[in-house]
Amino acid sequence: MNERLRDKLRILSDAAKYDVSCASSGSNRTNHNKGLGNATGMGICHSYTEDGRCVSLLKILLTNYCIYDCAYCVSRKSNDVKRAAFTVQEVVDLTINFYRRNYIEGLFLSSGIFKNADFTMERLVCIAKKLRTEHKYNGYIHLKAIPGASDELLYEAGLYADRLSVNLEIPSEKSLKKIAPEKNFKEVYDPMNYLKEKIQGYKEEKKQLRKAPLFSPGGQSTQLVIGASPETDRHILSLSDSLYQEQGLKRVYYSGYIPVNNDNRLPALVKPPLIRENRLYQADWLMRFYGFEAEELTDETRPNLDLQIDPKVSWALRNPGFFPVDINKDSYEMILRVPGIGVKSAQMIIQSRKHGKIREEHLRRMGIAWKRAKYFLCNIQSSFVLKDFHPQIIRQNLISVTHQINNQLSLF
Amino acid sequence: MVYLYDGTYEGLLTAVFEIYAHKQIPEAIGEEGKITPSLFAESEKVITQTGKSERVLKKLYQILPAREVVRLYRVFLSENIEREMLIYRFIVLALGDAELALSDFRNLLTLKMKSIDKQMGREVHRMHAFVRFQRTADDIWFAAIEPDFDVMPLIGHHFKQRYADQRWVIYDAKRQYGLYYDLSRMDFISLDFSQDFSQLTSLSENVLHEEETSYQALWKDYFDSVNIKARKNLKLHIRHIPKRYWKYLFEKQGSY
Ligand code: SF4
Repeated sequence: MNERLRDKLRILSDAAKYDVSCASSGSNRTNHNKGLGNATGMGICHSYTEDGRCVSLLKILLTNYCIYDCAYCVSRKSNDVKRAAFTVQEVVDLTINFYRRNYIEGLFLSSGIFKNADFTMERLVCIAKKLRTEHKYNGYIHLKAIPGASDELLYEAGLYADRLSVNLEIPSEKSLKKIAPEKNFKEVYDPMNYLKEKIQGYKEEKKQLRKAPLFSPGGQSTQLVIGASPETDRHILSLSDSLYQEQGLKRVYYSGYIPVNNDNRLPALVKPPLIRENRLYQADWLMRFYGFEAEELTDETRPNLDLQIDPKVSWALRNPGFFPVDINKDSYEMILRVPGIGVKSAQMIIQSRKHGKIREEHLRRMGIAWKRAKYFLCNIQSSFVLKDFHPQIIRQNLISVTHQINNQLSLF
Repeated sequence: MVYLYDGTYEGLLTAVFEIYAHKQIPEAIGEEGKITPSLFAESEKVITQTGKSERVLKKLYQILPAREVVRLYRVFLSENIEREMLIYRFIVLALGDAELALSDFRNLLTLKMKSIDKQMGREVHRMHAFVRFQRTADDIWFAAIEPDFDVMPLIGHHFKQRYADQRWVIYDAKRQYGLYYDLSRMDFISLDFSQDFSQLTSLSENVLHEEETSYQALWKDYFDSVNIKARKNLKLHIRHIPKRYWKYLFEKQGSY
């Protein structure tokens, strides 16, 4: 094997790894032509790195040469790093060969900007097109939409990709200006809005016509860098909320800032803010699957998520009036708000209680986190009786319970 | 009464048929040769008959949604030591009141069926993820696995859909059988490897395609370089890929 190719792969995967999105779900591309691959299911993590993150896609940059100089980025122009660039054919071969061996679900291709946005975007599109048309490849493709690329190229990208993303990176325009002076929000929102329109158009068309040509069937996503600028969690969550509601994004990713450069425009962090990042994912999850509104998750006086307890517990302790919840009578939505009860167990509870009364032992067996849930329930025959609801005391008790969980940083 | 059957799913369903026919409540149902019936229990040998097992299946499809009928088979494949009695008791419960059998999770039996099915689902998902094909010189893509449960009958469909244009073999080195897809159909096969199963973890170089080792090396490089050292979390890593699976994962080989 060509040592040069190994070098390139090392350099260009190393440079791409700070984009945390790795999802390969949400698309619906079947292997309709007896070709290679499909992208229909829930997405598969084929391996996990030693930092515990999912490896699902071949995530690489086409090149790490870049004309820009964003302060937070390893690949910025002024950095003295090894540079490399793949040829179109090299990316195609790597993707096909990794895919055939069942190493990956597909390709996540991004790039530094060489020459200009269109020139770069054209290459990305060319790779996707080649995979789809010449190799009958139906596996997952995630392309980065390069800010500033023309609508025509974005459109073409949508025809071949399963998901497109434009990264907002810095959660406010003011900070962005400071950290990446050549960039602005408009350059990111323009392609996002264009894609939103096209994706919606595709969805409409699909309703009428089952065989409508696919357009980014897995939607679009973005990434926010956490901790490189002073925005609060309240600000970040309301931004995410608007990205979900208004831009119709499928996912917002949060990437705890990892200092890769010495730059006085950036905070000098010793460690990446992993717990904060985890809390944001939990809060995001609560917005998407648990019916929580963005503003419920923090309040004006304390605009950041509590690092010691998860955002669901935190909400519960700030809203004692909502509790206790009656497992045997209250609605599904209310049960879902009880700390320690997830979507699956809430569904089991609703189904089971039609047949009779639910008691503590049943809940424990169904796998709910009784140690957390017990403070928030009533009308349940249980050895545990809560006399008074003291948020402070409950909080202390729960911190010791959740301590280990925090350490493991598991998501859910 | 102890019912002895041949260890196949059809055999188990035939046993259920016989139990209903004789109205003899079973004390145990077990694979012949694998269980030793207690001294005083009478035992009956069940002879597998597809006519009978199909009648049981037909009845099950009448009273349960298809997904739930398949779940019984999945529980069977879990190799759980109580699987026969669990399945039998579940069928009895479902014949009485299907809705109750399916949705009252206060009932241990219902909960247990669900949780075994969930474990099964996790193992199937893992095998979708952890199969690593090696390309051989004659263009067959070969992978060996050692799943916790007997998932082979459940994973073929996924690979057939996905790798429709390549001939592949997935081989369960523990249970010594596998699946072979020849570009049009899939068949169960059993290979004759002389004892030494360690050779399955990576095929010897003379049977491999000339590019194979290079791609394994590239994959290993890739795996190492996407790791972010500042975020190291081995505990989480091992929770996601328990060590027992490492043997067949090229990216982890040599790291234990
Ligand atoms: S444009 Fe992209 S690759 Fe270039 S410096 Fe900025 S973030 Fe890095």
